[in-house]
Amino acid sequence: MDHHLILRAITKILVAPILLYGLYVQFHGDFGPGGGFQAGVIFAVGFILYGTVFGLRNLRDKVPDYVVHRFVALGLLIYAGTGVVNLFQGGNFLDYNVMAQKGYQGQHWGIIAVELGVGVTVFAVMLAIYYAFAGRPPQINDEDW
Amino acid sequence: MIWDNLIEGLSWISFVVGGFFLFVGSLGMVRLGDFWARLHAASVIDSAGAGLILFGLMLQGGFSLVTVKLVLIVIFLFLTGPTASHAVANAAFMSGSRPQDLVEDNTDTSAKPSKSKKTATKKSKAMR
Repeated sequence: MDHHLILRAITKILVAPILLYGLYVQFHGDFGPGGGFQAGVIFAVGFILYGTVFGLRNLRDKVPDYVVHRFVALGLLIYAGTGVVNLFQGGNFLDYNVMAQKGYQGQHWGIIAVELGVGVTVFAVMLAIYYAFAGRPPQINDEDW
Repeated sequence: MIWDNLIEGLSWISFVVGGFFLFVGSLGMVRLGDFWARLHAASVIDSAGAGLILFGLMLQGGFSLVTVKLVLIVIFLFLTGPTASHAVANAAFMSGSRPQDLVEDNTDTSAKPSKSKKTATKKSKAMR
């Protein structure tokens, strides 16, 4: 594994800025380009890069499967929960205008909450797909039967 | 006034030269002989082409947030580009691919990859 030294060093440098950039895209999404989906994918790419270079087993120790599966449900819960909160505040489902005193402020809060849900779900689903593909047992050759 | 024209001209010169390097690099990626020569051509795109075009964009941006973002892009490009080239070249070398002049070099790559790489480069210099 000696010849992977450069990849490991560069990965250690890059993982943290990738995660930071994912958060930037997430929370800057209602002012500029970006949003929950892209942020979730970028955030997942940081983890996938770590898993590709340092081994899937190490990544699964840090982020176990059950955590990923609960994050999938948590994102959907945030999204739908925002709509239910709006219902209790007297509006329609996902009617953000009732979340603050003025309508446009409510739009801001509602979009941030919904995008957070989208980002969490996309991040967890990307990681789950990576686990499913990379963690697949190797195929059995014809000679091994 | 003259300063503005100078900046504008410099940025356009770097755009044109960068575009020339992009063209040459992509032509070499398609037309050159073997894998290693093509990898060399691809690295021209990464360093000279993208570097010059980003430099021209920085001159257009002036002292603003755009330039800061472009500097960040340059930093990440110069970190990731050589790393990707290294990964590809390393994988090709480990799987037994050699440059055209080195076909008879049968260094055992499975024993110690770092040492065999050094001997291979020495041999290539000696042959030239």
